[in-house]
Amino acid sequence: MTETIVAIGTRKGLWIARSDDRSTWRLEGPHFLMSEVASVAIDTREGRSSVLAGVKSWHWGPTVQASTDGGRTWTESAERALAFPADTDTALERVWQLTPDPNDADVVWAGVEPHALFRSADRGEHYELVRGLWDHPHRPSWEPGFGGGAVHTIIPEPGHPESLLVAMSAGGVYRSGDGGQSWQASNPGIRAYFLPDNEYPEFGQCVHKVARSEADGELYAQNHKGVYRSDDNGETWSSIADGLPTDFGFTILAHPRKPGMVWNVPVMDDGERIPPGAQLQVQRSDDGGATWRQQSNGLPSQSFTCVLRDAAGLDDLDPVGVYIGTRNGDVFASADEGESFQRIATQLPDVLVVRAAQIA
Amino acid sequence: MPSAPVRVILPGMLRDLVGGMAEIEVDSPSDSQTVAQLLDRAFAEHRVLDGKVRDERGQIRRHVKVFVNGEDATRGAGVGTPVPAGARVHIINAVSGG
Repeated sequence: MTETIVAIGTRKGLWIARSDDRSTWRLEGPHFLMSEVASVAIDTREGRSSVLAGVKSWHWGPTVQASTDGGRTWTESAERALAFPADTDTALERVWQLTPDPNDADVVWAGVEPHALFRSADRGEHYELVRGLWDHPHRPSWEPGFGGGAVHTIIPEPGHPESLLVAMSAGGVYRSGDGGQSWQASNPGIRAYFLPDNEYPEFGQCVHKVARSEADGELYAQNHKGVYRSDDNGETWSSIADGLPTDFGFTILAHPRKPGMVWNVPVMDDGERIPPGAQLQVQRSDDGGATWRQQSNGLPSQSFTCVLRDAAGLDDLDPVGVYIGTRNGDVFASADEGESFQRIATQLPDVLVVRAAQIA
Repeated sequence: MPSAPVRVILPGMLRDLVGGMAEIEVDSPSDSQTVAQLLDRAFAEHRVLDGKVRDERGQIRRHVKVFVNGEDATRGAGVGTPVPAGARVHIINAVSGG
């Protein structure tokens, strides 16, 4: 028996929505009530039903919690399982991203605040700082975005364990070709409109999210103003914002099997963080960003909320399910690749992260 | 002659992590020790508490307070605050958040 689960991390706890048919949903929670859950990973590798969550108590600090039964019961990882080494004189603020590695079923990557990458070789029980990125000469110049300075995106390349991409606000895209030992800024073509003299610097771009299409390897990036595609594994980037109602937003998603199918959630502007026309919507492209069309069937109009960078996810069913969570605590699910949505949760705290998968 | 032990009183939110225990009694090795040394001893057998109260640099977390005989150590010398023998040390979750 399989079920689809949607893990919903919020400012004040974690909820899990479950469904056998993606039509009727049961909502469970909260777990970790009053603790912020900014990152979730559902680990289905080797048939697992594991869930990892980056949990931050405002009093008692950040931890990683783990479940092996699809989010029903949880255990806290070992003491200081994810912590900065003493020589860094740095304290962990928040775990922003947890990413199971597609090339090694024991490896989990963690992106954290302040800007750093950690690697676990034991399925998320213990983590080690990736020194290659920490020691990067650019690091002192990376600036925190409005939400804090963090590695918020980690994209391993399937079939190429040495290839890894991270993104951060504000620092931009960095790539490693040697498993994380060395890193190169990789932002050619991405505009940093907010810089007064050079709008195309080597680094310093405010990348909000990057997604890889597992269908064809294309990369898509939603920036702080700007939507881009890379046809060369992140070496260069080209704008695909034409046809979108706005180039501002936080999240971007790529279909796991259909080349060219990508979604973003447009936000009116930097200084006007509401849906365009007050219509909550996703924009879908079927041709790699050459053209876009609005999908909003089932999404509210006269909506003044916002979808944050990790508050959107896909499942891996056919057709693919699309899930978005809002800052006013609604979660919407589509079982038909965005053509129609239904509300599966409401009145939750601000949604920070949404991840979906089918588990046994 | 042994010094009077220090009583470390835990906040309600942390007691579940240590089987409902409300306080930890710590022998004083001398007339005085610092808050850092006290917490090292108090948490030696309750490691889960250490990560809750202090970050990996050994600093008291931002929204945690440690009172030594009624005085807020986090406003003074922090983890370097002296703890006299026989002291009562309260660990408190700060009134903050929204």
